[in-house]
Amino acid sequence: MEYFLELSSSGLVRGSIYALIALGYTMVYGIIQLINFAHGEIYMIGAFVALIVSGVLTIYGFSGVSILILAGLIAVIYAAAYGYTLEKIAYRPLRNAPRLSPLISAIGMSLFLQNYVLLAQTPDFLRFPALIPDFEFMEPIAHIMGSPELVILVTSAVSRVGLTVLIKYTRIGKAMRATQQDMTMARLVGVNVDNVISMTFIIGSVLAAIGGVLVGSYIGQINFYIGFMAGVKAFTAAVLGGIGNIPGAVLGALVLGLTEAYAAGYISSAYEDVFAFGVLVLILILRPSGLLGKAVKQKV
Amino acid sequence: MVDNIKRSLLVSIWFVFLTFPLMVVKVNTLKNIVEWRWINMLWVAIGAFVLSIVWRWAMERRQLKNKKAEQGEEESVLPGFGQRLLEDPKIFKPVLIALALVTLVFPLVVDIYQTNIMVLALIFVVLGLGLNVTVGLAGLLDLGYVAFFAVGAYTYGVLNSFFGFGFWISLPLGGLMGALFGIVLGFPILRLRGDYLAIVTLGFGSIAKIVIENWEEVFNGAKGIANIPRPGFFGAEMSIHTATTYTYYLMILMVLFAIFITNRLKDSRIGRAWMALREDEIACVAMGVDMARTKLGAYAFGAFWAGLAGVIFASRNTYINPNSFTFMESALVLSIVVMGGMGSIIGVIVAALVLILMPEYLRAFAEYRMLMFGAVMVLMMIFRPEGLIANVRRKYAGRKVVTEDANARG
Amino acid sequence: MRKSVIKKLVMVALLGLIMPATGFAADTIKIGVAGPHTGDLAPYGIPTKEAAEMVAAQVNAAGGVLGMQVEVLPMDDQCKPEIATNAATKLVSEGVDVVIGHVCSGATKAAMGIYKEAKIIAVSPSATNPPLTQSGDYPNFYRTIAPDDDQGKLASDFATDKLGAKRIAILHDKGDYGKGFADFAKQFIEAGGKAEVVLFEGVTPGAMDYSAVVQKVRREKADAVIFGGYHPEASKLVSQMHKKRMKIPFIGPDGVKGNGFLEIAGKDAEGVYATGPMDVSSYAVNQKAKADYISKYGKEPGTFFDQGYAAMQVILNAIEVAGGTEYAALEKALKNSYVDTAVGKIKFDAKGDAEGVGFSVFQVQDGKFVELK
Repeated sequence: MEYFLELSSSGLVRGSIYALIALGYTMVYGIIQLINFAHGEIYMIGAFVALIVSGVLTIYGFSGVSILILAGLIAVIYAAAYGYTLEKIAYRPLRNAPRLSPLISAIGMSLFLQNYVLLAQTPDFLRFPALIPDFEFMEPIAHIMGSPELVILVTSAVSRVGLTVLIKYTRIGKAMRATQQDMTMARLVGVNVDNVISMTFIIGSVLAAIGGVLVGSYIGQINFYIGFMAGVKAFTAAVLGGIGNIPGAVLGALVLGLTEAYAAGYISSAYEDVFAFGVLVLILILRPSGLLGKAVKQKV
Repeated sequence: MVDNIKRSLLVSIWFVFLTFPLMVVKVNTLKNIVEWRWINMLWVAIGAFVLSIVWRWAMERRQLKNKKAEQGEEESVLPGFGQRLLEDPKIFKPVLIALALVTLVFPLVVDIYQTNIMVLALIFVVLGLGLNVTVGLAGLLDLGYVAFFAVGAYTYGVLNSFFGFGFWISLPLGGLMGALFGIVLGFPILRLRGDYLAIVTLGFGSIAKIVIENWEEVFNGAKGIANIPRPGFFGAEMSIHTATTYTYYLMILMVLFAIFITNRLKDSRIGRAWMALREDEIACVAMGVDMARTKLGAYAFGAFWAGLAGVIFASRNTYINPNSFTFMESALVLSIVVMGGMGSIIGVIVAALVLILMPEYLRAFAEYRMLMFGAVMVLMMIFRPEGLIANVRRKYAGRKVVTEDANARG
Repeated sequence: MRKSVIKKLVMVALLGLIMPATGFAADTIKIGVAGPHTGDLAPYGIPTKEAAEMVAAQVNAAGGVLGMQVEVLPMDDQCKPEIATNAATKLVSEGVDVVIGHVCSGATKAAMGIYKEAKIIAVSPSATNPPLTQSGDYPNFYRTIAPDDDQGKLASDFATDKLGAKRIAILHDKGDYGKGFADFAKQFIEAGGKAEVVLFEGVTPGAMDYSAVVQKVRREKADAVIFGGYHPEASKLVSQMHKKRMKIPFIGPDGVKGNGFLEIAGKDAEGVYATGPMDVSSYAVNQKAKADYISKYGKEPGTFFDQGYAAMQVILNAIEVAGGTEYAALEKALKNSYVDTAVGKIKFDAKGDAEGVGFSVFQVQDGKFVELK
């Protein structure tokens, strides 16, 4: 039983991170039907900026929580800036292009950003400082869930709630939903679609950067390549939940995280990804548009 | 103009801000000091400024062109160079002859390195032509195409190391195995559409790699299979140089074969069915096309070429391991298809040559090569979103063409 | 518009054909350095390239070898067999005299045939797969690192005899290096009969975290972990074991033993064991190499730096002894004359493995790898 709890906890932690990245995928997809393959790189850049900032701050004598907050904040700002610029350069000129062209552009951008960080910084793995302190009260169950894990779960949940509020109740959120439903119609009633798309990229990037900082601090190491695998998994999660559907992305991410943890724990960690994708195939066979995705009626 | 410069200055400032932490700051954890590389900031500023001006100019041109196309639609429908190449014998013949000559003498005039990378490029041409059927004709987005490539390569590797099968027996077997896997994997995903299909195929690609990695008894895992023989020629002993040249000619034959088959197929019953399926699945099924058979046919046919290419790939490298069958390869083949201009055969060939040979010629830029490769991919898509050589739909104008021809002759 | 694009493409293609045909000057010694310089495995290839370039710069500044300047030709192979054969034929076409590399065993196997026919010697800093030397298929192959089986035996003996472990969990990263080491460790433990392998499992490099696998090690009540793989995964595992409050010995191969591990794992590194080449940090050559690197790049050198440095040293020495780059003479020189290198005083045996690279077990104590005698 304890073993089951242990695995569940690690699955939930993983799932929470996947969820943060998957949200960006799903939001972008919902609006412009683009698989943003470079999204994982935004997550990586967020983590890198946080690492650099915290390094500089440590050297200049800051400490503790102030580093966490400052580094996190700057990382989020930069990730947003990168997400915004990415959309403007690589996707906006392709808005009316054939459907697969932006996908190739995204793959190219992903390669570019990886190598940019490799050249500008280092190919080596870097130590990411443990920004999250160890709480005393978590000590008795630290082997099941430690304080970093708790912080990840809470932060991820809070971000998701924030996103829901943003989308449900704010003006921009309403504009986003309108654009998602019908871009032409939204434009007709006065929504600035370009701004909405930019905003979607910014919000997605912010969430990814939060994920990046949390992972860096939890795992303790990053390099230029971490975005790739995380991106693929998050994309899988988004599809699993029904791409374009926000609660779906979260559910998909948690299902994926738990599947991986149980597969690794009860079967074999060498085949962990096989089970992750296996679950995806199985669910899509049963529900071809994902867990929460609505089956779209094809109009003839 | 002034406005342009003002805007470019703003862009330049934005990029300085954007690249500041990564390009300028470097934390030296060893000595606990921060390196400020201000010189990089200057480069970024200048580079961003210049690029921004060029970008603006290019974008303007692009827009102008689009506008023109919009206004005079007739003009844009004129068949492009690629199409004319195929249809107008006046251009078609001399170009073809010149091309054939260059192709024939190529390995004789260049060194082994050039031949060697050309063989790899030709392998990717075949892969591109195969995926072109699945994605370009039938519209089934496949992000795990590399799985079938791996099936072919490992068919040869395993058959050779366990049973001593030669290249020529393994070649058709590799193709058939590829097709078989195409059908097997195609079955469960018949109902899926668009991007759901994409991610499932991506999953299949990863699963294939992991299985190869972990199932050591058969595939020898990460250690890979070594000493795979190069293609034989009636048991003749060959040096690497001749073997490479021989493989090159083999590949040329195979590419011609692939072009011939796929080109014929386009106009066949099943080819039409694929295109109809791509355009509108429901209407297509309503017209009596068997959806399952047509889709599986597209998978099997695409996978068949990947299997063949895989066998040659294994024999070219004489060694295979799972590293060659990652998502990057799938992405590369897909890029070849899209960049070539979906469905266009010449486009696929040109794009494969460009995408495979470019990283090789970019070796001069050493560590910057993959950076530039990524950038070129983005730029090519932005400036030629419909692909290098767009596939112009053949029009069935019936008698009109004949009368025109008659007029021209008269 | 279209026409001009095609024209340009043709021009570029033609240029490409003409370009490589230049350059066969005999007044330089050309040394190819092949390995992953881009992609996810770049951290294991770039240090060797940097080492080779450093040695070349120093030697050239001092007048070169046999009065000739040394030129380093880095060649990226991304650890993929097909790119490795491209890189190899490219190096052969450029007329290199010797090759350092490749870095991954797989890429090395793909490339060796091409060097063999061109009569070019290759010295790898990191390809540890035993058959490379032991099969006899690759007579022109040498390496400045010990093969997997030696290390696997050392690690398993240490775990059972010195640590007295009875239940050992073996993890690996599924790569040719890590899996090879793990396989041999398992084989020797099972043959020794003193301990039981309670878990033998691959982890996925680049996976987000390893906590599930760590929990599994805990459930199996293992009293030692042997890990085959490189330092990033090792430090991830170690730090997660600590996070899960597990304190059992952790033993890694020489891919772990290095400053990279100390730097990334930080405090978690304390107490970790690793097998590795005998303590060379007291050697003047090694100290100098490191000091030079740090003063040039401002950071500790990465994985396989020492081995890459040593490879360059043995090659240059062999060229000097042989009085040229002729294959047979080089071979004789490599196999007969001892050289002081960054990994110790070495020469090569008949199969191409380095003699004199002794192995011992190290433990991290106070943030440093200390040799256990």
